[in-house]
Parts: sequence; structure tokens; C-alpha cells
Amino acid sequence: MSIELKNISKKVKGHLHIKETSLTFEPGYFNVLLGETGAGKTSLIKLIAGLDGCSTGQILMDGEDVTALSPQKRNISLVHQFFVNYPHMKVFDNIASPLRVAKMPKSEVEGRVEEAADLLQLRPMLDRYPHELSGGQQQRTALARAIAKESRAIFLDEPLANLDYKLREELRAQLPELFSGRGTVVIYATSEPEEALLLGGKTGLMSDGIVTQFGATADIYRNPVNLTAAEVFSDPPINTARIEKKGSEAVMAGGVSMTLSHAAKELDDGAYILGIRPNDVLPAKNKATDIEIIGNIRVTELSGSQSSAHFSFADENWVSLAHGVHPFDIGENHAFYINIAKCFFFSVDGQLVAQGVNNG
Amino acid sequence: MKKQNQKAWFFVLPVLLLVAFNALIPMMTVVNYSVQETFGNNLFFWQGLDWFENILRSERFHAALGRQFLFTGLILLIEVPLGVIVALSMPRKGFWVSICLVTMALPMLIPWNVVGAMWNIFTLPDIGLVGYFMNHVVGIDYNMTQDPFAAWVTVIVMDVWHWTSLVVLLSYAGLVSIPEAYYQAAKIDGASNWAVFRHIQLPKMKSVLTIAILLRFMDSFNIYTEPFVLTGGGPGNSTTLLSIDLVKIALGQFDLGPAAAMSLIYFAITLLVSWLFYTLMTKDNTN
Repeated sequence: MSIELKNISKKVKGHLHIKETSLTFEPGYFNVLLGETGAGKTSLIKLIAGLDGCSTGQILMDGEDVTALSPQKRNISLVHQFFVNYPHMKVFDNIASPLRVAKMPKSEVEGRVEEAADLLQLRPMLDRYPHELSGGQQQRTALARAIAKESRAIFLDEPLANLDYKLREELRAQLPELFSGRGTVVIYATSEPEEALLLGGKTGLMSDGIVTQFGATADIYRNPVNLTAAEVFSDPPINTARIEKKGSEAVMAGGVSMTLSHAAKELDDGAYILGIRPNDVLPAKNKATDIEIIGNIRVTELSGSQSSAHFSFADENWVSLAHGVHPFDIGENHAFYINIAKCFFFSVDGQLVAQGVNNG
Repeated sequence: MKKQNQKAWFFVLPVLLLVAFNALIPMMTVVNYSVQETFGNNLFFWQGLDWFENILRSERFHAALGRQFLFTGLILLIEVPLGVIVALSMPRKGFWVSICLVTMALPMLIPWNVVGAMWNIFTLPDIGLVGYFMNHVVGIDYNMTQDPFAAWVTVIVMDVWHWTSLVVLLSYAGLVSIPEAYYQAAKIDGASNWAVFRHIQLPKMKSVLTIAILLRFMDSFNIYTEPFVLTGGGPGNSTTLLSIDLVKIALGQFDLGPAAAMSLIYFAITLLVSWLFYTLMTKDNTN
């Protein structure tokens, strides 16, 4: 089973919601669509699911053209951000509903429902109504329905977004094993970079209705093609500063100068944008070559074992994210250190032109 | 033991006063009348439960009660499904939504006695739009002042015209609150339109429909003005519903005792049916 998108696009009232996209999704791992709210993840999923028609292009499932088929004929399942279950049906009947619509024999329905219920620990809840379940159990029921259906593809549209933190962690840890070895194409939409990294597989970065980059998740994280991709795949957002390059030296907007090496050294002289992820901006010096910058602390947050500091540097708001507990005082000038090897260099129009060595 | 704070009673007082003035005191006056006989001059004679017994045994009351249940049953049978169908076929978004909603609300804005008068003129055999059309174009002998069947049809059509909108608006509110995700799930399952209605829309509309039916039951069971203005309870007694009969006894014959007893029985029936219905519908609260 595989899904191939050939130049699909979606136009609504003259406005291009999904720009021409060509991708291939394979089973065996998670295909994550990562993008902010409004980036077009749900719109793209609706096109592939057949809930919306494409304006142009073709969708192939296993080589078969399904562009004109109804969602039912495409044999897919969709799990929403909201917990969608039939309100007056018990959990058992909810899980069985797509199988019954497909007129499957009763004995087989029971087997499949029980198997899916076991996978999602819903066995004791089969006789309950959705409103008698917790949010996590309701979403597990929706997942069980998708699994019992054994469809060719399953779309998970931010399925964990409405769960509280603890349940989200729990269910996310379970997700990969639920779908492993099923031969189903799994497409998972999320707005959290962390989820993409945790679920692994492949990631497609989406912004403004287009998939800017698609490939193995770790590769995408290490090698963003442009500033937008780097911004999408960084939480908190990537720090940026304008630099002026001359020879092997570069001067940052704040007057800090640095010595460039490798690819960055070979660039033409001129203006560039330097980007560095918050977790590579640290409040302590690690290496002699680290560049020191002075920031004025504006906001600090402690979350678990991480401390983050928002500071202003060269008229930009920067964030530092470091392990451990670091004391910061609001308003003080504090030194932060960046490793030149972890920096990205973008052209002024946002394309990646060079990056530090040994990234990752 | 902890000393209890009695101040809370102060806060309940305004509500108690309000309820006393608009419900308890008038009601007690009726209870007072229902157990006595009076011939005027503020002279009262103790009568016990005689009036209640008389009313409950009276064929006239049975007939009016029967007509009342028939009327309420018929209009519920028509208005509820019709209201749901209209709500289902209304647009959910776009330019037409507000136009539909306002059009739907219009009949409910017309005062009840005006509705009665309107339909009265509407159905006059010689000059009324409907009356003339039925008699002279379709060729059916239609005169609701002489034919009980025609009178019933007219009273029911009038109520359907006046009040279906209420069911429409409530159902519509229930329908638009269903997230799009449910319809998408149904589409992916390949559910038919009927299945979508049966398994998504109807369960999601259950609570608003309960309220709609309850309101329509109470209003139609207590209806007075419209049929009174339209038919005056006639021809004969054929459209004399409970409230019309009650007013005849109380103000026409000035039998205050029996009228008071009848009001209390009337009230008890309305309350009992409403309570039964509501309890049954909310027994397993699926919302």
C-alpha cells in the first residue's frame, strides 16, 4: 500500500488553499505533517481522504487512481482532534460501525472489535456510552474504530491536541506500536515539532498551503531548506540575527564578530541571516570557540528540568533553552554563548546557503 | 456543634415573595373556590370535594378533555416531524441563513388573537382567500362554521402555521451545533443520509427536541385565544377545547366552584404529562 500525490492543488473562491503538491507516502512508519495552525494540514488530509475534491492533480493509492472516488470507496479512516463517536451507541457498536456498514459477517465483526479493544485497553468499556468515558478513552475508542476497520490508510489529524498533558504523553508513546506491521499508510498532522521528532518516520513541513520539505524526520530537523522550514521545526522559534560577511569574518547586528569556517567561509561577501535554535544558545561557555553575546533578560520560565530565558539582542527577541536550573534576573544583562558549528546561514530572502559543521 | 448561619433565608426571600404573588396566592384563591359554593354577595358554603367529583364524572368534561388530547396529539404529530424536516433543509451558512431564520420567526411574532382573526377572515367561504379558493376553484364544499371536520382542519392548520417555527428554530439550533467532524466521520464510514440522521443528527438534537416537544405540549394543551377567535368552540361543541369550556363554565355560567375544580384538574394533568415526558426523556442522560 502506498499513496502518491501527483500535482494536487485546491482552489477555493480564487484562493489557493493547497499549492501544487507531489508526495509519496509509504507504510511502515509515521508520515508526519508538521505546520502551524492554518498551514493547510487539515486541508491536505481532506483532499487525500476524499472529503474535498482536488482542483488539479491525481491521487493514487497502490497505483490505482482514486481521485474521483468517495471517501468510503477509498477505504480510509480518520481520527479527529475532537473525540468523534456516535453519541447513542455503546463503545462496541462504535468500533463496529464501519464494519457493519461494510456488511461484514457478525462473527468477524466481534473478533475485530475485540482485537482493537484489547490493543487500546478498552475491553472493560465496551458496554459503555461515549459520554460515560474520559476524554482519553473517547479518543481511544475513535482510534480503535480506525484500527478495526483495517483500512488502506489512516489519517490522524492532531489526535492528541485535546487531551491533557499526561494522557497525551501516554497515548503518543503507544501510537507507533499500534500501527506497526499493519501495512497501513499512517499520516499524522501536528503543530508540535516535538511530536514529529518523537514519532520519527518521515516529516513533511507545511506552511501556507505547501509542503516545503519532505523526508526522514531527523534529516529535516538537521537540514532545513529555508528559514520558514527552520522556523516551523523549532519550538520555541529559531533565533535570527542579520550578519554582514567580509572574508572569513562576520559581524552580527549587535556588533559581535565571529570567525567563519567551512562552507560559511566560502560564501560571497554581503548580508545574510544567521539562525540558531534556542537549545543551542546556552547561558554557560562550553568551548573556547563559543561566541559570547550579551542579552537583556525580559522573561524567564522554568519548566521541569529546563530553563528558558527570553532576552533582547540586537533588536531581536531571542530565546535560550538550557537543561538544568539557571538563575536569571529580569532586566539584567546576561552573557549567552553560541556554538558557530550549530548555526544556519540563510540568504536575505530566506534560502539556506550554508550551515555549521557536525550539526546534530 | 457549629452555629448555623440563618442569613441565607434573606437571599431566598425575594424569590419566595415573587413566587407567592404570581403563583401561590392566585392558586390558593382557586383552591378556595373549588371547595365552596357561592351565590354572590360574598356568601360561601362549604362543599368539600363535590365539585371535583362532579367534574371528573361529567361527560362534558370527558368530551372536552378528549378533544384536547386529540388536538394536542395531532399538532405534535405534525409539527415535530415537519419542524425537523424544515430545519434539516435549511442552509447552514451563507446569505440565506438570516433570511430563513427571520421568515421562520415571523408567525410567532403575531399576537394570538390577531392570528385567530386572520384565519377567520382567511377562511370565509365567500371572500376569504382559502374559503373562496376551496369552494369556487377546487369545488369542495368548505365552510368551517358549519362543518366540524372543516373546523378541525382549520384549527390544526392554523396552529401548524403559527407554531411549527418554534420546533424549526430549536431543531436548527441543535443541528448547527453538531461539529463538521461528525459528518466527515459518517462520510468515511459510508453512512447513508438516513443513517446520518438516525445516528448523528437525531441523538445530537435529542435535548432541544425534548424542550421543543415540552413547550409545544404545554402551549397547545392550554391553548385558548386562537381557536376561540377562529371558531368560538363551534360548530356546536366540536372545537370546544378544555380552556374554552373552562371559560364558558367560569364566565358564561358563572359556576365558580366547578370552574375552580376543573382548573385544578386541568393544571394537574398538564403538570403530570409534562413531568412524565421530561423524566422519560432524560432518564439516561446521553448528553
